[in-house]
Amino acid sequence: MDARDSRLIDALHGGFPVCTRPYAAVAESLGMSEGEVIDRLARLLDDGTLTRFGPLYDAARLGGAFTLAAMSVPEERFDAVAEIVNGFPEVAHNYRRDHRFNMWFVVATERPEGIAGTLDRIRERTGLAVLDLPKEQEYFLELRLPT
Amino acid sequence: MSAPLTASVDPALDPIDRRIVAATQAGLPLTAQPYHAVAAQLGLPPEEVMRRMNRMVEAGAIRRIGAVPNHYALGWTANGMSVWDVTDDQVDEAGHMVGGLEFVSHCYRRPRRPPDWPYNLFAMVHGRSRSEVEDKVMRIAAVLGSWSRDHDVLYSTKILKKTGLRIGG
Repeated sequence: MDARDSRLIDALHGGFPVCTRPYAAVAESLGMSEGEVIDRLARLLDDGTLTRFGPLYDAARLGGAFTLAAMSVPEERFDAVAEIVNGFPEVAHNYRRDHRFNMWFVVATERPEGIAGTLDRIRERTGLAVLDLPKEQEYFLELRLPT
Repeated sequence: MSAPLTASVDPALDPIDRRIVAATQAGLPLTAQPYHAVAAQLGLPPEEVMRRMNRMVEAGAIRRIGAVPNHYALGWTANGMSVWDVTDDQVDEAGHMVGGLEFVSHCYRRPRRPPDWPYNLFAMVHGRSRSEVEDKVMRIAAVLGSWSRDHDVLYSTKILKKTGLRIGG
């Protein structure tokens, strides 16, 4: 990643235009060509510097229900439990964290009543308790990392 | 007669919006005319795709259109979920203060689950190292002062699954 990549990533944090030639519009503001912007973006996505590029949808606004769930998994069962939990298509992200509650995952279902059912099935399949910690309020400011 | 003063943009998405979401949630095409490419894929006029996407931005269904950096690739390898037990009367004010800190990426109020889980305010903090995260957590603690009765930081040590949220279509 070079200085021009950094400038591009910084410029593309948000506000990508909705118009016929949006890459050309961004390119002009950066003193690059349209082709350079597209090529650099393709490479940054390909090498994993960027995880995606495009519209970020507010998942809750698209309908559907979400919760953050946490489990305290005995170390000797951790991998097996992770496999069970990850096998649920409703589980979108799952992180290991260094805490007594060592497994944290997001559950997403199309309908609100699907959350409780999914958590119940995870409890049944694992024999473990699951904390249900739905978002009650969000205090939002977009992350902006210096690059 | 009297139109509501708020909610000038209808937040509801119709089936055509949802087709656009399904076609773009993995990313925009890297071609000179990306919205035209989406329109062609969906059999819609490009102007309609652009109009609907602008509307979704205004309505908040699209938070932003841009690049999502991989924190790890950029060297931001420490990811701490700081959790705080804040007095109920102060938690919303505390949330606005903490959520407004430039280094907090997400800040949420969630229910306590006593006795296992006493924390009601979650603030995600990223850094290049754990000590950098610890410094930021100290700054949150300073902001909250006596409103916070207790806190903890849970570092992620492994991504076990990351598929993103997807709608059908």
